[in-house]
Amino acid sequence: MPTLTRKEVEEIALLARLHLESDELERMQSELGVILDHFGTIAAIDATGIPAMTHAVAMDHAGPFVSLGVLRPDEPQPSLPVDEALRGTPKRDGDLIVVPAIIPGAKE
Amino acid sequence: MSEWWSVVETARRIADGEVTAFRVVEDMLVRITRVDRDLGAYLEIDGDGARTAANEIDRKRKAGEKLGPLAGVPIALKDNLVTKGIVTTAGSKILAGWVPPYEGTAVEKLRAAGAVILGKTNLDEFGMGSSTERSAFKKTKNPWDSSRVPGGSSGGSAAAVAAGLCAASLGTDTGGSIRQPAAFSGVVGIKPTYGRVSRWGVVAFASSLDQVGPLARTVGDAALILQTICGHDPRDATSLDVPVPDFSAALAAGARGLRVGLPKEYFAGELEEHVRAALDRTIAALRDQGAEIVEVSLPHTHLALPAYYIVAPAEASSNLARYDGIRYGLRVEAPDLLTQYSKTRGAGFGPEVKRRIMLGTYALRSGYYDAYYKKAQQIRTLIKRDFDAAFESCDVLLTPTTPTTAFRFGAKATPLDMYLADVFTLSCNLAGLPGMSVPCGLTPEGLPVGAQLLGKPLDEVTLLRAGAAIEAAVGLGDRRPGGFA
Repeated sequence: MPTLTRKEVEEIALLARLHLESDELERMQSELGVILDHFGTIAAIDATGIPAMTHAVAMDHAGPFVSLGVLRPDEPQPSLPVDEALRGTPKRDGDLIVVPAIIPGAKE
Repeated sequence: MSEWWSVVETARRIADGEVTAFRVVEDMLVRITRVDRDLGAYLEIDGDGARTAANEIDRKRKAGEKLGPLAGVPIALKDNLVTKGIVTTAGSKILAGWVPPYEGTAVEKLRAAGAVILGKTNLDEFGMGSSTERSAFKKTKNPWDSSRVPGGSSGGSAAAVAAGLCAASLGTDTGGSIRQPAAFSGVVGIKPTYGRVSRWGVVAFASSLDQVGPLARTVGDAALILQTICGHDPRDATSLDVPVPDFSAALAAGARGLRVGLPKEYFAGELEEHVRAALDRTIAALRDQGAEIVEVSLPHTHLALPAYYIVAPAEASSNLARYDGIRYGLRVEAPDLLTQYSKTRGAGFGPEVKRRIMLGTYALRSGYYDAYYKKAQQIRTLIKRDFDAAFESCDVLLTPTTPTTAFRFGAKATPLDMYLADVFTLSCNLAGLPGMSVPCGLTPEGLPVGAQLLGKPLDEVTLLRAGAAIEAAVGLGDRRPGGFA
């Protein structure tokens, strides 16, 4: 059963873009270990030939419920005005969202 | 006085002109001010908005305009339902102070029916919890015993209904988050069939499991609210384009001839003595009313909990990737983008949400996907097949909603202990079925017990029929939580 190493926990936190303080990392290591020991048992279940259920309703025309057309016609429709859509934005410059530079050394 | 009126009664009295919508709302707001400081059900009260909406109902009535079926009925909303112009936090610091620029579909439908929105109720952060203790903002007490939790994650919505701080409320249910707090708080709660209610404007937790549903003091009230919020919505690709039956019409049919299945796996394990006794009385009452009681088996039940705690965190880790401090919500400034993402999320999310994100990221990692996420989805198929087979010999399933009554604050010491509290409610979400919790009596200590009904896909009508029969036989009647009556 997977008992997580500190390094693995750090790797997962990086993948999740989640900063964890040192004490959080430690707690996470032990808590996730316990949870995975418990729920990780499903990895050992033989489910050969059982289809995966990706959604509770059929997303095609063959499922248990009435068929769903998940595509709508590709036509422009009214949407939120830019100013309203950006009202909750933490840092703006006009209609632009200001973020730190992605290329090292560049400015915002 | 009007605070304890049912949804049906409130709407009728307002429509008949016995009382104004303004009076009803004003009395409710006064009561909330008096009671909720201690109870903690609400995160946000929209007094001005509620008064304005009530005045508009009164104006319409005077002018002889047609009123909607919920005209003037004061309703509370779980704070993960997006409300235009009213702060929506999902119980998280990362969304503190966020004022949405749009309205969720269920809320839109309630308003269109004339409902008056009182405010937003407390919840476990992003719906992740079973006690409402995981809210970033406050604790909500159980109205029946203030040393106990109201359940979760829709704990604020359940407590507000139980304590007479709204006529009814909406919650969301991803693994039991409507039914479990309904059971703990002594109210009716319905999780509709997946796809019945649009998820547009619901703060996403696990998209293949999330559903919106009503919490109310009577089965009839829950049916009426459900009627209002169901229906196809092109803005949600999983919304079902199917007819919505008349839910209230089913209520009087009674239990005669109904085949009620008892899944043996739900009665075999550790059940609190008084929960078992209440269920026994419920079963006997249904039998007395002419229902046929049959034992059925759902052999993969033991796999529901592990499958759920892979699927839900995996979907959550993906859904919650949007909280990155860029477009809305909290931002922690940092010199580079990666650090800004990580610091923002580290500061904004609480411990349980971080745990689930980590768990989900673990399960979705390259090389682990087949062993965990895919396997969990295969188990969903097995669980769905169990239900399909069981429903060949019965019309509806009856189980306890929870293995215990409401627990005390802090009683679930570890994350795993808390997860295990959901053991009876998860399968319903994994299979996409409709589920309901109905009060079926009080323990000698005065704590409510919930009976859970699980139905065939789209068969909410049978749930309501069975629920009404249980309510009539062993429901709480006029019994109300002592401290808040």
